[in-house]
Amino acid sequence: MNVQSPPESLKPNDYASDQEVRWCPGCGDYAIVKAVQRALSNMGADPKNTVFVSGIGCAARFPYYMATYGFHTIHGRAPAVASGVKLANPDLDVWVIGGDGDMLSIGGNHTLHVLRRNIDVQVLLFNNEIYGLTKGQYSPTSKVGTRSPSTPAGSVDSPVSACVYALGCNARFVARSVDTNLKVLPGLMQEAKENTGASFVEILQNCIVYNDGVYSSFTDKANVADGQIVCEHGKPLLFGKENEKGLRMMAGKMELEVVTIGENGVTEADILIHDETNRPLALMLAGMQPPNFPVAMGVIFRDPGPSYDAAVYEQIAEVNEKTPAIPINELMHKGKTWTVV
Amino acid sequence: MATQLKETDESGREILDSVVIRFAGDSGDGMQLTGTQFTQSTALMGNDLSTFPDFPAEIRAPVGTTYGVSAFQINFASHIIKTPGDAPDVLVAMNPAALKVHLKDLVPGGTLIINLGAFNDRNIEKAGYTENPLEDGSLESYRLIEIDISKMTLAAVDGIDVTQKEALRAKNLWTLGLMCWMYDRDRQPTIDWLNQRFGKLPHIAEANIAALNAGHAFGETAELPSEISTYVVPKAKVEPGIYRAVTGVETTCWGLLTGAQKAGLNIFFGSYPITPASPLLHSLSNLKQYGVVTFQAEDEISAVCSALGASYAGSLGITSSSGPGVALKSEALGLAVVTELPLIIVNFQRAGPSTGMPTKTEQSDLYQSVFGRNGDTPMPVIAASTASDCYDCAIEAVRLATKYMTPVMYLNEGFLANAAEPWKLPDTDDVEPFPVEFASETEGFHPYLRDEKTLGRNWAIPGTPGLEHRIGGIEKDYDSGNISYDSDNHHKMTKVRAQKILGIADDIPEQEVVSGNNSGKMAVVGWGSTFGAIEQATRRCQEDGLDVSHIHIRYIWPLARNLGDLLKGFDKILVPEMNNGQLVTLLRSEYLVPAESLAQITGQPFKVADLEREIRSRLED
Repeated sequence: MNVQSPPESLKPNDYASDQEVRWCPGCGDYAIVKAVQRALSNMGADPKNTVFVSGIGCAARFPYYMATYGFHTIHGRAPAVASGVKLANPDLDVWVIGGDGDMLSIGGNHTLHVLRRNIDVQVLLFNNEIYGLTKGQYSPTSKVGTRSPSTPAGSVDSPVSACVYALGCNARFVARSVDTNLKVLPGLMQEAKENTGASFVEILQNCIVYNDGVYSSFTDKANVADGQIVCEHGKPLLFGKENEKGLRMMAGKMELEVVTIGENGVTEADILIHDETNRPLALMLAGMQPPNFPVAMGVIFRDPGPSYDAAVYEQIAEVNEKTPAIPINELMHKGKTWTVV
Repeated sequence: MATQLKETDESGREILDSVVIRFAGDSGDGMQLTGTQFTQSTALMGNDLSTFPDFPAEIRAPVGTTYGVSAFQINFASHIIKTPGDAPDVLVAMNPAALKVHLKDLVPGGTLIINLGAFNDRNIEKAGYTENPLEDGSLESYRLIEIDISKMTLAAVDGIDVTQKEALRAKNLWTLGLMCWMYDRDRQPTIDWLNQRFGKLPHIAEANIAALNAGHAFGETAELPSEISTYVVPKAKVEPGIYRAVTGVETTCWGLLTGAQKAGLNIFFGSYPITPASPLLHSLSNLKQYGVVTFQAEDEISAVCSALGASYAGSLGITSSSGPGVALKSEALGLAVVTELPLIIVNFQRAGPSTGMPTKTEQSDLYQSVFGRNGDTPMPVIAASTASDCYDCAIEAVRLATKYMTPVMYLNEGFLANAAEPWKLPDTDDVEPFPVEFASETEGFHPYLRDEKTLGRNWAIPGTPGLEHRIGGIEKDYDSGNISYDSDNHHKMTKVRAQKILGIADDIPEQEVVSGNNSGKMAVVGWGSTFGAIEQATRRCQEDGLDVSHIHIRYIWPLARNLGDLLKGFDKILVPEMNNGQLVTLLRSEYLVPAESLAQITGQPFKVADLEREIRSRLED
């Protein structure tokens, strides 16, 4: 961690601003803000060096509730603003906050580029599969057939998977979790923070007003065990109440299948071991959809590489070493000049 | 204009007061390079000069077509000149298409140099001629010099290890050699440049130098028509000092760097390539040792947003573009206004609307700059008038942005970006420093605390202990900086934002008259790159005893405090602009004066003669 510890350790509440939180009662965002505050406290993050940058949407109100530096920008552009913040001062710890509309619709382009450049920021995408702030229209992650004010007969266009998109953008850290999973979320944030380069975390978030229960088939307590699979590097991809189910590669096919240990001669040895540095595997895991597959959670992909901001400053240092700055007067006199007397 | 004095110097060269030469050829013929090198030599000879590169948007349009013609005009003189010249005295046409496009501008009796080697049937037909113009008598009124430059070039490089294609590409250097002979220009700067440019390809350098020398030798030895003589244009009498030839891009770049240093800030430059603004991105990318961070963003929006983010974090955020790109930045400019962060937007204007004519110059983004955002969103707008002025305007943009915590629109033009002129090198020590002081006092801090005098808010950057705060696009409470939907507060904040910008009028010079009286029959009011043409036209009228004054506006918004009173002292106000009448609307609405528009929307600079004629005719009305 390159963040200096503040003089005294701060509690999660110390990272909360004095502003009244204005999300709908029961919104998943409350849990996320708590998780982030807890993560910052666990890491001993210094509020003065921490910056939250957001776009527009419900999620984008996030910075106002943090007692750190914050910039609530314009729709879709948070990754671009954050890139400037980080490049101007690489010592800052920069977090980008946005929803599915913000980061995959109007701002999809900036999400692509902040990820592929590998700028050392954490991108938290709150995915609720709906436009909340504009009162419930379908979003680019809504399933086909989503009925909404703008699609009364159901949406007809295919959704995008946030994590698959991030992997396609060449993101080098891709993780997923659920808003209410306070056991896992703070740790995941910390891993995102500790990763050098752009870290992408999709947080499945329930919109209690416009899309309530959209994830309940795998997030309700009773459904978690069979509906989710936690990816851990080097460990078998098992799930189910007794860890009796697992994923394996279909024989002769580049395709995953769900199997049950002890059935049809399947043993634990047949189960796929998660390799977080394997991008094709990550793409398959990220793309798994219920009900036929569990939803992949945790660090789906991690393969750190040099960050853009570090490379930029290395180049500056190299040039400075080779051709140090001369006074601007001298710079302007370089080249062909002539004297008039 | 070539004068008919027929004076000669000791070596028998005819002495000219000024000459306008236009090089025209295919976009692959290297006309811009020829012009640039001729400019460099001319600058070193001590002439005053002004250039006008005019090239197509297509990188390599089909060979031989009229729309693929690229031209470079230079006006140089033994006196102070201000424009690239209305009409060429000499036209170099490297192919029939170049002749077709540019002959109409050549002065009657002007010198016409033709590359005979390119005048084959196919090229003649491609240019749209039905008959060979060299044979149909249509060129009789010019001093025609026909040379097979292609053949001469091939002969000159014979024995050098280059392909025929490489050899033929040197024909522009052959032409340059001939012109250097004709106008007594030194070839050495070009030779030095070629050796440097082709350091790793010595045979290419050798071929080009051989062609250059051969063109020069041809002039000395060939028996040219008797009316073609050699000329000399004596040095211009200019202010003592050290000079160099510069374009508006170079001076803008150095001005921004100087300004940043005076403010004590590092530059963050976010930009997306667009004609004709990209050269600024290239120039700044070469200044890493000054701590300049350049960021080629994924689009115009990211370019401005990253710059604004950098300003938030304590850098001097700068972005540049041209009209269509600035349109894409508009929403972020609104964010810059409401968050009251310093930001500079350099707009190299080009012919619009939409894509328009990307390589042609225009001044049509004044409305966009002053008015073109949602909400009541004022920002200072300044416009540079010459390549030299680009330096001062860039520094001024930095000063205003940091002192008043505001985005500043710095209007440049395609013409200024590319055109070259001699520049007396300034001394950065003559610029008063204006160091930025970031907020550090926690007692009573809130992000919208304002300086009582400037109304600029304090600038607290991340990393400062105890000043953690949140800003954004939602309206802010005047007294706390927290978000606020209070109606009276919004009214107050809107007024404060407007007042802050209007207050800048007390911090900028009063409007002066460039030439002529402070009141009288007519004021010709211009802005931007029309400076030279207006000044020359009004001076000619003044020399004729006409009561005309020239006023040139740098501060488009806010306007100078005294401008209204100044304008009201004139019976007539004529506003020449390279747009359909934008400044004229602003002046009429601000001062209720009967300003008249003189619009030229051709993508070409004003000609002095056209302006002069128009001034005279409107004076008589």
